[in-house]
Amino acid sequence: MKLEYTAEHQAFREEVRSWLKANVPAEPLKSFDTEEGFQQHREWEAKLYEGRWGMITWPEEMGGRGADLLQWLIFEEEYYAASAPLRVNQNGIFLLGPTLMEYGTEEQKKRFLNGMATGKDIWCQGWSEPNAGSDMAAIRSRADLSEDGSHYIINGQKTWSTRAVWADWCFGMFRTDPESERHRGLTFILVPLDSEGITVRPIPQLDGLPGFAEIFFDNVKVPVDCRLGGEGEGWSVAMATAGFERGLMLRSPARFQETAKRLVELYKANQETADEDPSIREAVLRAYMDAEAYCLTTYQTACRLMQGGKIGAEASTNKIFWSELDQQMHATALKILETRGELLPESPDAGDVGRWLDGWLFAQSGPIYAGTNEIQRNIIAERMLGMPRK
Amino acid sequence: MDFTFSEDQLLFQESVRDFLVNEITPDKIRQLWETDSGRSDELWQQLAELGLTGLTVPEDFGGLGMNELDFVLLAQEAGYVALSEPLVNSVLVATPLLSECGNSAIAEQWLPKIASGEARAVVGLAVNKLVEDAHCADLLLLEKDGAIYAVEAANASLRANESVDPGRKLFAVDFDPATAVCLADGDIAQALINKALNRGALGVAAQSLGLAQRMIDLSVQYTSERKQFGVAIGSFQAVKHHMANIAYKLEYAKTPVYRAAYDIANDTPRAELSVSHAKLAACEVADLAAKNSIQVHGAMGYTWEVDLHIFMKRAWAFNSSYGTAGFHKNRVAAALLADNAALGAGATF
Repeated sequence: MKLEYTAEHQAFREEVRSWLKANVPAEPLKSFDTEEGFQQHREWEAKLYEGRWGMITWPEEMGGRGADLLQWLIFEEEYYAASAPLRVNQNGIFLLGPTLMEYGTEEQKKRFLNGMATGKDIWCQGWSEPNAGSDMAAIRSRADLSEDGSHYIINGQKTWSTRAVWADWCFGMFRTDPESERHRGLTFILVPLDSEGITVRPIPQLDGLPGFAEIFFDNVKVPVDCRLGGEGEGWSVAMATAGFERGLMLRSPARFQETAKRLVELYKANQETADEDPSIREAVLRAYMDAEAYCLTTYQTACRLMQGGKIGAEASTNKIFWSELDQQMHATALKILETRGELLPESPDAGDVGRWLDGWLFAQSGPIYAGTNEIQRNIIAERMLGMPRK
Repeated sequence: MDFTFSEDQLLFQESVRDFLVNEITPDKIRQLWETDSGRSDELWQQLAELGLTGLTVPEDFGGLGMNELDFVLLAQEAGYVALSEPLVNSVLVATPLLSECGNSAIAEQWLPKIASGEARAVVGLAVNKLVEDAHCADLLLLEKDGAIYAVEAANASLRANESVDPGRKLFAVDFDPATAVCLADGDIAQALINKALNRGALGVAAQSLGLAQRMIDLSVQYTSERKQFGVAIGSFQAVKHHMANIAYKLEYAKTPVYRAAYDIANDTPRAELSVSHAKLAACEVADLAAKNSIQVHGAMGYTWEVDLHIFMKRAWAFNSSYGTAGFHKNRVAAALLADNAALGAGATF
């Protein structure tokens, strides 16, 4: 065990820091759940790509730096510390990209990875359906192979598709074998959202912005070369997408450590009134310690993976831990802010406190999306502890 | 950067675990409860033969010359079996205190005997009020009025107390400083006392991880066998979630404990903060393990016969040992609220 960065790591950190300092927009971008903000974030992705900072863990020939997981964590630490923009193409670069590298044909890699990395193509996910939420194997949207075998004809409906309103492509699972049940007979397909027969209906989120959408498929024709992996193998491809390393990339500790830092600062600035409720001090300490623990455990896992270790149930323990931490931190901040806690960011008297309300609203989604925390608890009990399924 | 244990450290853990799980069975624990001392000389000798009693004793004095990081996984295993012999405090608290106290005569006199298992030393800090295992100690290192004294067993008078945990033996200890050797006083004593407290808290934290794991294992086994409504009660989500809540929190208590062991072993400036975080997180998860485990055991968990209480009661006792939660929270608060506190992304290492 050695809990110190090497000189190379320090130098890498400095390099990231100075690039971000020179390039992060001085004025925060608009929310990418608005049309204007979406475009701004797309441009930011292009800029990251130009500097080869778009996806540093990707191989150099794909525009990355072949960085290891520790460099990734360092990059993220600097990224969040610099308040750099959120990643509008995260579904592409964090989830689909690595899956494509594993399951895609050479032609598919050539065709899709570059557009994903430059921000030209923004991807959304198509998993959930009205009757397939936590029970994802209940997917019913169909993809029928045409008689000449050249394309699929897709019919059905996907929902809760984040950033689908302005996205260019959708990846998801469809039932290619109508006789099949549950996890069998599903196929992973990439669908251009400008295809004929697609209707995207925005769904306003808690903050009123159309952050996600329903996607309706009405005889949508998709060429077979948009299939990722074999027909009927969609479930195992999808499970790779949901795997831990992707999870680690999506929710790196830096984000929560920065929130914890802001919370400590908020508490210090308002300590006299905050201490009227003794539970607030306790919650601030807990926020710091939990964010720290999340960082420590992530580093431990990253080191283990780099030494050839295997992933256990970390994806599930992580998901519960960070999502509940995020809620807890924002709830505490709103208590400290007292009556200002309800003010929308644009209110004249909100100052910069509105960011906490935004974060609080967003934190409500954490325990729900990507498998509810109840599902994660079942997974921990059954797969990690070996408790009986039935 | 490498946040993993070495092959050797993991192998050592495995062999110690095998030994402890085979030797310190619940039956054996119950037998020891029935004895006067509650301790076993035979067991202590076995621990000595494994090199454990001399683990942190310098090699020159017959020990293994290892450090807190080498021991932390073993302390976790000691917790897993609710070991009552004073091994963890001897290795983590008494031995380093003797090594670092600056009195080489005392160190030379006692450390070889500690390594060989001939003698046992215990530490009594003001923070704990009572002294654990004073009855089986040959040497007592006692804090009194801000100084530290080495007191031979014959010169200490003991008043025994019973703990809710029948495995813990606690004593009020009195002695006449004139019959003792003053090892340190003033600032030097304060620094030594603080280090001893940190090491003791680390030991409690590491053992709490093991206790939590043991309670999970017992509960998973019980709920997989016990049937109601025609099925194993462990198949019910309400029961599963009680267990999952312990299991995921345990993962986030382990790394703070390992980091604390690293920080103490390397004497880093953040050691005190790391230890307090570790103690809070580990005791909290052991406490939750106790609460949820007795619940899923139903009435069986409330009995003396079922083994759960061996581990549950140890966890309860540990809550306030080597610093209450309030004490450690105040230390974390002091570090966080300091003007120059290093916080946020990138400040962890």
